[in-house]
Amino acid sequence: MITTSGLTKIYRSGGPRGRAITALDDVDLHVAEGEVYGVIGQSGAGKSSLIRCVNLLERPTSGTVTVAGQDLTALAGRGPRAGRELRAARSRIGMVFQHFNLLSSRTVQDNVELPLEILGLSGRERARKAAELLDLVGLGERARAYPAQLSGGQKQRVGIARALAAEPKVLLSDEATSALDPETTRSILGLLRDLNRQLGLTVLLITHEMDVVKSICDSAALMREGRIVESGTVTDLLATPGSELAAALFPVSGGGEDPERTVVDLTFQGDAAGRPVISRLARTYDIDVSILGAAVDTVAGRQVGRMRIELPGRYEDNVVPIGFLREQGLHVERAEHPGPDAPAAPPAGPAAPPVAALAKEETK
Amino acid sequence: MTWSEMQPLLEQASWDTLYMVGWSTLIAVVGGLPLGILLVLTDRGGLLGNQAVNKVTGQVVNIARSMPFIILMVALMDFTRWVTGTTIGREAAIVPLAIGAIPFFARLVETAVREVDGGLVEAVQSMGGNTWTIVRKVLVPESLPSLIAGTTTTIVALIGYSAMAGTVGAGGLGDLAVRYGYQRFESDLMWVTVAVLAVVISVIQFAGDFAARGLHRRSGHAGPAPRLRFLRDRDAAPERSPEQSAGQPPEPVKSSELPAP
Ligand SMILES: Nc1ncnc2c1ncn2[C@@H]1O[C@H](COP(=O)(O)OP(=O)(O)OP(=O)(O)O)[C@@H](O)[C@H]1O
Ligand SMILES: [Mg+2]
Repeated sequence: MITTSGLTKIYRSGGPRGRAITALDDVDLHVAEGEVYGVIGQSGAGKSSLIRCVNLLERPTSGTVTVAGQDLTALAGRGPRAGRELRAARSRIGMVFQHFNLLSSRTVQDNVELPLEILGLSGRERARKAAELLDLVGLGERARAYPAQLSGGQKQRVGIARALAAEPKVLLSDEATSALDPETTRSILGLLRDLNRQLGLTVLLITHEMDVVKSICDSAALMREGRIVESGTVTDLLATPGSELAAALFPVSGGGEDPERTVVDLTFQGDAAGRPVISRLARTYDIDVSILGAAVDTVAGRQVGRMRIELPGRYEDNVVPIGFLREQGLHVERAEHPGPDAPAAPPAGPAAPPVAALAKEETK
Repeated sequence: MTWSEMQPLLEQASWDTLYMVGWSTLIAVVGGLPLGILLVLTDRGGLLGNQAVNKVTGQVVNIARSMPFIILMVALMDFTRWVTGTTIGREAAIVPLAIGAIPFFARLVETAVREVDGGLVEAVQSMGGNTWTIVRKVLVPESLPSLIAGTTTTIVALIGYSAMAGTVGAGGLGDLAVRYGYQRFESDLMWVTVAVLAVVISVIQFAGDFAARGLHRRSGHAGPAPRLRFLRDRDAAPERSPEQSAGQPPEPVKSSELPAP
């Protein structure tokens, strides 16, 4: 639904000879139709630049942006102003903002009607559509209120209703929940999720909160210094050895100093999460399993979890139990490792590459 | 001078002032609003981003603003004759008043429009709005309280300038005060005229503040309405003082007349 290829954005401050900041560096992003795609990264990573390039609020320096099969970069033309075709394409892409950006001079209803006015709909149609959307976001009662009379969460609901007014297929959201408290964040995310399901809306959202990705994203990408360093469906990422995103989604820690013991991280999804794997492991091999840390959550509607367990004996001695865990459909990753160049490859599967976050727990 | 003698003079002068100020305000708003918006749009990073237009417009506005009204009136003599067919009377006075007020109001518009949150512009752009839509649906409505405050300031300034229009025989309250108070020593009439002017200005200021505050409240802002006029009055003061000494003598007259009675 949204594809960027080789997207590069260089900001020049102070004229053509000024300092150049590369905000986006050859970004290839692919967002499938109907999914919620989260882009996460630290401040200054280029997330906003990326999303603003998608509807060409920001002109990419090079590269192309295709939305719903339409090459927007080709529509953009040369000058700084958006031509008619680009504007028509933009009206089919909704956008939600961190600071809501509602017009304070207009009522809630008139704010929602604004995109329809731009499309040239009649007054009656606009009012009907606005009422429908306000009901959809649960604000039917507040149609006559002014934005300043609403709470942050309500304002964002109006922002979402407004973004959906022109019936876009794609919704862009730049930190839509960053100005909201956790409770309100949850309700807004729930709303986005529902809209995604009910309307088949493709959502590209920017966030710096892992929780947002965890609770609603089907896919995610991690940005750093203008590049996408990791991306894929959340399910795949969790099963990817050494995935930073997976580690960040489910941070587990603790233990792991003793070379005579083996510490492994297990990631389990779907059915595996429901099975009593650990007790079966303990019974089958008659070993003591200690659980050092665990996190279980629902990601994209599936139960997913991570657990760090400790087995007696060296890693090499635990090949069989680890093989058993893998057979059970768990992803097993060694939490401690002698060093990046000397991976003790277990016969049951590929060695886990070093996980940056866990590197400090090296054995002596 | 008795009240019955004063009354027709005051009435006529009030109408003349209203006429001149009314028309010149209207023209100033019609001309200054687009000019002010143009200054914002053509600025670097603006929607139209045209440095050449911006620099030229800005310079023209600056020069026009820095010119004392009395000089502007003389300088525009030919233009006035071309527009109105005469250089004398109320209509003739409207031309320099309006032209003097256009850049004044344009700067107030510029300040007001710059205050509008860029995020709103971006929101409308993301909906597919063009520049004209942004001007109509965002820039003007969102800055309306400040624009009203600016209009009030302009009206009050125009009432001040209109006193000098007496030099071209346009009449008006300021002219009445000068002619009778200063030239004929009818201090009673002068003080009544000054009082009328004070009342008129207070009423306009009050009405303007009320409207601006009402709009500001309606859109739910906490805190006071924009206080543009105070900001502007202060930095406009050095420019207006030479005109005051040239065209509005009530101040020096007051001090010399006071010990007499
Ligand atoms: N209009 C601009 N002009 C110049 N530099 C810019 C501009 N916008 C962004 N940048 C720079 O580009 C880089 C990426 O900025 P961007 O806003 O995309 O980051 P971000 O990931 O959205 O950060 P945050 O989480 O703080 O919103 C930063 O170094 C920023 O300073
Ligand atoms: Mg950002």
